[in-house]
Amino acid sequence: MSEKKPGDLVEIQLGRRNFLQIVGMTGAASGLGLPIAAQAAAIAAVAHSAAPTEVDGLVSVRFTVNGKAQTLKVDPRTTLLDALRDHLQLTGTKKGCDHGQCGACTVHVNGRRVNSCLSLAAMHEGDEVTTLEGLGQPGNLHPMQQAFLEHDGYQCGYCTSGQIMSAVALMKEPCGPANADVKEAMSGNICRCGAYSNIVAAIQQVRKA
Amino acid sequence: MEPFAFSRANDPGKAIAAAAKSSTAQQGAEVRFVAGGTTLLDLMKLNVERPTQVIDINHLPLADVERTPDGGLKIGALVRNSDLAHHPQVQRDYAVLSQALLSGASGQLRNMATTGGNLLQRTRCVYFRDTNMPCNKREPGTGCSAIDGFNRTLAILGTSEHCIATNPSDMNVALTALEATVVIRGTGGERRVPIGEFFLLPGDTPQRETVMMPGDLITHVILPPPHAGARSHYLKLRDRASYEFALASAAVVIAADGGRITHARVAMGGVGTRPWRSPEAEKALQGQPPNARTFAAAAAAALRDAKPQSQNGFKIDLAQRCLAHALSTVVA
Repeated sequence: MSEKKPGDLVEIQLGRRNFLQIVGMTGAASGLGLPIAAQAAAIAAVAHSAAPTEVDGLVSVRFTVNGKAQTLKVDPRTTLLDALRDHLQLTGTKKGCDHGQCGACTVHVNGRRVNSCLSLAAMHEGDEVTTLEGLGQPGNLHPMQQAFLEHDGYQCGYCTSGQIMSAVALMKEPCGPANADVKEAMSGNICRCGAYSNIVAAIQQVRKA
Repeated sequence: MEPFAFSRANDPGKAIAAAAKSSTAQQGAEVRFVAGGTTLLDLMKLNVERPTQVIDINHLPLADVERTPDGGLKIGALVRNSDLAHHPQVQRDYAVLSQALLSGASGQLRNMATTGGNLLQRTRCVYFRDTNMPCNKREPGTGCSAIDGFNRTLAILGTSEHCIATNPSDMNVALTALEATVVIRGTGGERRVPIGEFFLLPGDTPQRETVMMPGDLITHVILPPPHAGARSHYLKLRDRASYEFALASAAVVIAADGGRITHARVAMGGVGTRPWRSPEAEKALQGQPPNARTFAAAAAAALRDAKPQSQNGFKIDLAQRCLAHALSTVVA
């Protein structure tokens, strides 16, 4: 995924349309994986049904993020995580391990928590995505965000976004009342600082409220 | 991650026809179906899986759980692990399956992972996941790095001189004890494969893990009606209390009547190159009183052919105790 980043940075500075034009003019195609466009188009041509990989090697996806409709054209390799962070500048969602092992990238898709790093953006056509930014904002925090503040449910804060997204989704899942039940349900979110006891306290406060 | 073309399938037949152009079945194929993505994306980022075309099958109508006329259950391949684990009929009639599913992965991953994808989950052997190292499963003919390497987590049953990788799934172990049937649709139509015949031993072709052929799409898993009076249980032992693969696990389905065991199905995880059904343990249980001596005999029988590697000999004891404990739990 990292090979995409230089292109995305340029893209942010120039805007997508200008960027694509410049790439086309100069032939500096490394950023968006355009050298494979011909290959991708050839494969798509022999493919079957709705084949959204377009001639330029990009794929279109329409979804709703935090209540706002979005249409993106992305390299097919773009994960939901990278689409949120690099294309929509919603950097509240964090990239930790990028392999579904740490939970830092947890977001809600259609109300359920998922690891956004193990999902392609293109797989979310029509979906409703919620990120930390969609939960609450300073001055209008979600009760779970407030509880993490009150219980000091973090140290460095890098895992916190994923912890809170996971915890909010947990409210709607079958989960027993005990701290041990919360720990089991939250085991997909790793905190290297070890703020677990405060995280559990924050979640239990909201569950009991 | 290597480049690929992406498409969304709205018709199984067309998706199957496209995938049939691959040189292998789904695992390692050039044309890959993606459902949950939890295994595939992980391995594509490691360049272990390198498809040139990815077909999103999430919009196919395969997400239902239905009763079968004979009282069993027909589970769509796209049913998510969390939904299946919490399905009322699964919890009531197939507790071992619900328990196995909930013991695997994390809440997030279970919301993504599907029934069909879990069947095709790939091994966690560190050498399979590292493209710098020889691995017969990933690159046939290069050798097995695990046999003389780090093999603490790997298999003691069903191994070969070419591969000792463990099947990592919990769900597959429960489905094996429940004698599930895998429904596969391919270019030649639909066929039904008993789960005991679905997974292959590594032998000298460890790259082939199942009987699936190029283009094949898993559409459903069928559970037979629950055995009258039977109780079931899944016990998983691992290095962490949660969110970890099994070192040893046991799925048991037991019925007893008049002080004798009348029905016994036993499968083990974490110890075999495939989900490990143990007819030896079942034979040791059948007709015997459900007590500690019987369970110990069954556990010994299940592991009799175990072949430990340099670091995983502890699994023989661990798996025996795991099975005996699961049996004592289910009849308690």
